[in-house]
Amino acid sequence: MKNKFLLPFITSIFVIVFIIFYKGLQDTNIYTPETKINNEIPSFSAKLFPSNEIISSKEIFELNKFYLLNIWSSWCVPCRQEHSFLVELKKNTNIEIIGVNYKDTRVNATNFLNEFGNPFKIIIFDQDGTKAIVWGAYGVPESFLIYNQKIIRKYLGPLDNELIEEIKLIIK
Amino acid sequence: MKILKLSFIIFFIFSFNHLKANNEDLKNKITKNLRCLICQGQSVYDSDSEFANSLKVMVDKKINKGLSEKQIYSYFEDKYGEWILYDPLFNKNTYFLWLLPLLIFLTGGAIIFKKLIKKYK
Repeated sequence: MKNKFLLPFITSIFVIVFIIFYKGLQDTNIYTPETKINNEIPSFSAKLFPSNEIISSKEIFELNKFYLLNIWSSWCVPCRQEHSFLVELKKNTNIEIIGVNYKDTRVNATNFLNEFGNPFKIIIFDQDGTKAIVWGAYGVPESFLIYNQKIIRKYLGPLDNELIEEIKLIIK
Repeated sequence: MKILKLSFIIFFIFSFNHLKANNEDLKNKITKNLRCLICQGQSVYDSDSEFANSLKVMVDKKINKGLSEKQIYSYFEDKYGEWILYDPLFNKNTYFLWLLPLLIFLTGGAIIFKKLIKKYK
């Protein structure tokens, strides 16, 4: 009597465990933080590059204007790819591009901008990487589209033609 | 008077060191419970990636500002999601996770208890 139930019971447990693990195998192990859309932009104060002036976030982002905050660095290879797209986007008058120079040296950052052009209205100098953390970023490059003091889009990794077109559509 | 001054200075230095050491312990404890998002599977304490190093600086700053351990965790949770914490928080999504071991333990205990009672009856 006991054995009659034991075998189906063990089999069903085995099958359930197998299904759970098999499904788990197909899940990606890489976690990307969920993008909180329509979140208020963080408030902070930071040093500017190259003037070393201290500026607060309230002075940077005005209302009713689109901003693209781009985290970049001279040592970051994908940043070189996306830089030409940023220079092109600068021609659009509906948007201002704000740079966050991530863990860089002044000399290298200056050389980078001299070589590839400077699409940024202002650049925040983030030597220890803490300003990027304030924005919830964890690597370079990363971009945030901001409107009305709110983050409306977040882009991990380099921007490409497709994403630039998307941004252009949004800011029309 | 001179000795008094000197001993005061020595006392001051030692007490300051003590404070610093305490902060260092707290910082290590917190960074061990934060997951590095670049080299996933490593804690921020173990990792030497740019992101982890910045996070260590940030934890240091927050401790010096006087934030408690809990406040620091909730700050990072707000920025990166709950995944960044190794210890999942106790909330409605994790009741099952936290209480399941206790439940299994209690059920096992009840079964043993029942069998023992049967045996001695």
